[in-house]
Amino acid sequence: MSIEKNEEFRPKIVAFCCNWCSYAGADLAGSSRMTYSADVKIIRVPCSCRVNPMFILRAFERGADGVIMCGCHPGDCHYTSGNYYARRRMTLLFSMLDYIGVESGRTRVEWVSAAEGAKFSETMHEFVDKITSLGKNVRLEDLRCRNL
Amino acid sequence: MQEFVEATSQAGDSSHLATARQRESQTRVINRAKELLADGTVARVLGWKAGDLPYNPEPAYFEKEEDFADFVYNGFCGANLSKYMIEASKLEGKTLVCLKPCDTYSFQELMKEHRVDRDKAYIIGVGCKGKLDIEKIKAMGIKGIKSISGAEIEDGAETLTIDTIYGEKTCSYADAMLERCHVCKGKDHVIFDETIGESKETNDGDRFTEVEKIEAMSPEEKFAFFQKELSKCIRCNACRNVCPACSCRKCVFDSNKFDSEQKANVDSFEEKMFHIIRAFHVAGRCTDCGECSRVCPQGIRLHLFNRKFIKDINELYGEYQAGADLEPRTPLTDYNVEDAEPGIVAERG
Amino acid sequence: MYKIARENLTALFQKIAAEQELYLPVRNEGQVNFGVWTEDADVDIDTLKTVKSPKDAFFPQSETLYTCVRDGKKINIEPEALKEQDFVVFGMRACDVRGVEVLDKVFLVDPLDTFYAARRDHGTLVALACHEPEETCFCKAFGVDAAEPAADVATWLIGDDLCWKPLTEKGEALTKVLSDVLTEDAQVDAAVEKEKEAIHDIVEQLPYSNLSLDGWNGDVLMEKFEDPLWDELYKPCLACGTCTFVCPTCQCYDIKDYDTGKNGVQRYRCWDSCMYSDFTMMAHGNNRTTQKERFRQRFMHKLVYYPANNNGMYSCVGCGRCVEKCPAALNIVKVIKAFEKQGGEQ
Repeated sequence: MSIEKNEEFRPKIVAFCCNWCSYAGADLAGSSRMTYSADVKIIRVPCSCRVNPMFILRAFERGADGVIMCGCHPGDCHYTSGNYYARRRMTLLFSMLDYIGVESGRTRVEWVSAAEGAKFSETMHEFVDKITSLGKNVRLEDLRCRNL
Repeated sequence: MQEFVEATSQAGDSSHLATARQRESQTRVINRAKELLADGTVARVLGWKAGDLPYNPEPAYFEKEEDFADFVYNGFCGANLSKYMIEASKLEGKTLVCLKPCDTYSFQELMKEHRVDRDKAYIIGVGCKGKLDIEKIKAMGIKGIKSISGAEIEDGAETLTIDTIYGEKTCSYADAMLERCHVCKGKDHVIFDETIGESKETNDGDRFTEVEKIEAMSPEEKFAFFQKELSKCIRCNACRNVCPACSCRKCVFDSNKFDSEQKANVDSFEEKMFHIIRAFHVAGRCTDCGECSRVCPQGIRLHLFNRKFIKDINELYGEYQAGADLEPRTPLTDYNVEDAEPGIVAERG
Repeated sequence: MYKIARENLTALFQKIAAEQELYLPVRNEGQVNFGVWTEDADVDIDTLKTVKSPKDAFFPQSETLYTCVRDGKKINIEPEALKEQDFVVFGMRACDVRGVEVLDKVFLVDPLDTFYAARRDHGTLVALACHEPEETCFCKAFGVDAAEPAADVATWLIGDDLCWKPLTEKGEALTKVLSDVLTEDAQVDAAVEKEKEAIHDIVEQLPYSNLSLDGWNGDVLMEKFEDPLWDELYKPCLACGTCTFVCPTCQCYDIKDYDTGKNGVQRYRCWDSCMYSDFTMMAHGNNRTTQKERFRQRFMHKLVYYPANNNGMYSCVGCGRCVEKCPAALNIVKVIKAFEKQGGEQ
């Protein structure tokens, strides 16, 4: 609706954050009084490996303009190796999205530990800027969701 | 054009020999199958039954000696019978299955996933000289087909002679071949109990050429290309149901627990979602058997999705051919601490 | 009878499209399907069969029925508008036209399907005789005349001309609109008669034309239903929905809700396929638990249940699309022949 009212473009960003590192990192950012854009909506997942490629597509379908996935640094996974698998999956998925013509900047993976509140805040700022410059996602959205 | 005419005349000269050879090859499979049925090694035979048109043999079980009158194995037997072995593995006794070289990759991949039972299968690796695509023949304007000669399996003919209501037509065998045969994985069966018949090298292209062409496009061109290609999709699910790697008992797209609809052609997004996710679910397990592209009623080049994943896997995680071995770890069920970061996609440009 | 030179067909399409929507066979990425005519559409009226039948024009693969939007504490229900614009479907074949007749008997009886009825009211069918029928055709077996389609307007492509013969009031009305581009020519009749004869000759030569439907009628319900032959026939079936989606007469649909995520729900209907595992799924589960039952349903519906309810009219028109498109090379002809063969043996 905001688009039709010709307001300034505010991107919708979905961030999948792993419970053990990145979500805690976001928490730390908050308790350290660091800011990140309110356009970022966090979805907490038990591990970055929980993120099914369909989640990412579904987010875009429902009108997200950018999707970022954050997990523990490689080697630090709470479940030992979850993020290694997630890394392969996301690499292939992002490559496929690029292949069908979705701007590659709309998706991102960043490893953020529980101690990296500052990194979380910085990453989100950067990502929001990037998506704002890319504008609205039209290539993966479901038109039925736009009209209502 | 000159070559075309020459090939036609050669085929004409040797056609009587070809028929004899075809009879020999098909008979060998039939005789062996009958033997194995008679001595109780196998309980049934999974092969192809002659259709009612010259080009539509169907996958079929043969259990009695007299059934074999309809047994056929020719250029139109493109169906990958590995898929049927999932059900056949649940039956009592062994099933003799005729597999072409590329089909054996699918079978081995299914074995790895414990979806088929090796002990329930007796594999006859059948020779292959490339399988034919009736859609390609029809696209040449050949219609009203009464009979086709030159499609027999051990026939050396380079040309198909097609008798139609509208006169006799010819076309080169290679031009009528399925796309997948032009990028054939090779003549060797990777798993078999015995082999019957010779295979022919049909590979005359690189399977990643098309993928590379798309990769080189701008995002706008890529998007337009796939938009056009996928707008044809009618959500019939033939690609999924024929795919040996799509062997889930219940597909995620058949779930009514979420709002994705497996049969509604509702919005361009749904089609993209379906094809990306389907290709993703078989990534690292897809042997590139090409069945999806063969069966698509709208001629969507579905292999373009699968091959993109295969190409990426090869480039990022090392050369890999699904179904080539029984190593339990596939690229997506494995990792390496030094793997590339997802950011590589943007860096590669 | 009227005629128009083939090279002037674009003028004819422009004339129709000026006032109405025009659907006709269009080639897109190598496949010919019915689509909306535009100036740059790649029109292909020589391809005998479109991949999908033209039934989309009257019964689209998916259509929204109504939309619910929450507005504060209120829920607004906005029904989808019925078709109000006239349209023309050009280039249907005789079998496709019969397909529409089959759909009529389902959707135009009580309770009337208003969405379908509105499209039927506003649609004019212009059919094209089959110049060169193909080996997959078996319309003759179902009493369809490929040489003279029973539409609002029948047309024939003969040499460089398209011959045009209005058959109904709607057809006459359309002809009047097109009077500028069509020329009346009494000599055309003889050419059309000749063309019809030629088509009939070819139809006689088609391998499926002598298909016998003996033993298929509404009275053999239990006998056919319980026949052990089904246990064999279904086996190659992969349970995809290709046959049902390309079929001009398959009329089953499902009604679903789509949650648009922002206080809204769209209720839509989409074609369903008896081949799918969730076809006629009910709270207690599914009546048809195996593929054999689903497979049997399709053919029993076309050849037994439908005739039982419609004075013996079959709901197969012999277009042969399923023959061409089945991934496992199964089709209704093979089913009919298998029963015939079994009958012979008994």
